[in-house]
Amino acid sequence: MNLEEIKIQIEANVPGCFLEILPNASPSGQHSLIVDTEHALTVASFLRDGANPRFDYCSNVTGVDWPLKETSAKQKTKKIVDGVEKEVEEVVKTSTGNYLEVVYHLFSLEDRQGPVVLRMRTEDRAERVHLPSLTPVWRSAELQEREVYDLFGIVFDGHPDLRRLLMWEEFTDHPMRKDYVDPDDYEYEPTPHDEILKRTQAHYAAQEPRSEAGEAR
Amino acid sequence: MDEQLKSELRRQGVVATSLQELYNWGRKSSIWPLNFGLACCAIEMIATTMARYDLARFGAEVFRPSPRQADLMIVAGTVTKKMAPQVVRLYNQMAEPKYVISMGACAISGGPFKQGYNVLKGIDRYIPVDVFIPGCPPRPEALLDAFLMLQRKIDEQQLTGPERPRHLQAEQPSEFIVPQYSEHDLIPTRNDTIWHAPLVNISNAGANESGRD
Ligand code: SF4
Repeated sequence: MNLEEIKIQIEANVPGCFLEILPNASPSGQHSLIVDTEHALTVASFLRDGANPRFDYCSNVTGVDWPLKETSAKQKTKKIVDGVEKEVEEVVKTSTGNYLEVVYHLFSLEDRQGPVVLRMRTEDRAERVHLPSLTPVWRSAELQEREVYDLFGIVFDGHPDLRRLLMWEEFTDHPMRKDYVDPDDYEYEPTPHDEILKRTQAHYAAQEPRSEAGEAR
Repeated sequence: MDEQLKSELRRQGVVATSLQELYNWGRKSSIWPLNFGLACCAIEMIATTMARYDLARFGAEVFRPSPRQADLMIVAGTVTKKMAPQVVRLYNQMAEPKYVISMGACAISGGPFKQGYNVLKGIDRYIPVDVFIPGCPPRPEALLDAFLMLQRKIDEQQLTGPERPRHLQAEQPSEFIVPQYSEHDLIPTRNDTIWHAPLVNISNAGANESGRD
């Protein structure tokens, strides 16, 4: 089963949709299909009912957080300065990321094919985090979309029951985001190391003025 | 009473005892655990009650599904922050005298998930624990050992005097603060009347380790 063929199939049947194949260079070579959010629901229904093979089973939904990543690289370009062509070094800044992504793994139980990996991306990580829910198409996505909402903060429009799943309702953070900072309860770390060591030292430093016996700590 | 005289009497068919001995014997021989498990450790707890390890030999075969009828809470597994208020509430609902065995690395300290965003770093932050069992998971033998340790502990208790157990001291609490959910964490994050951070010296941590710069 070829992702290229599936892409052609979808494009022929869902007019106006924008698809992109995201290659995966690893040995498994599991390439994925980025779907635009506007047509995602139509594409999903087509994959379930009209495609060949029909992808009748959604086994897995998960989220990925791509924080903003800026890289700057020096590049030599030719420019015309004062009428003379010169080679000028320029710093080119590129930024990637700054979006949240949701990943669906689809299988065809009829034809024993799969997985086809669908991805959708939000516009940013702060406000515009709405994506269409695919639960109306694959019922099995319901709890997993709730989990993605809970841990990554992606809001699924059209989900029948979008509540937190693992954390409590009053909780306001999204712990699987890369910039999540967990509460400072590092008061007892017998064998701290690396990141934990830093947090523990910061915790003790904050406690120091309060405790008289500073040496014990 | 003199131990030698007691065994001499027993040989003659006379059992001499004291109220304290009788009371402790009764308590330690019928500790009914609460039917309650949280994670993988609970599987070992279940194995302990089955025929191979047979917890029933020690008078604890009756797992009660209601906290009102239970004497012992075996906290077997990972206590998530979402579950912690329910665990404390169940403990509060148990009638005195009541005991707690904290089973496994998770229930002791958070275990492999100590720094997880939803894992309580030890149930002893909220309720008093009698016996801790390390291990991930502890073997059924370890749970049996903890159980025998609890029995020994009960057997040694004095019914009078300042050292008497908590349930005989009217001024001692038998209920503990149930933590509340809040925006980032549980409130309070620990019960300071029963939990104090052990003193650890972290000034050398991370240094002197080979393979590190
Ligand atoms: S201590 Fe180990 S076996 Fe027990 S609940 Fe935690 S992870 Fe599971």
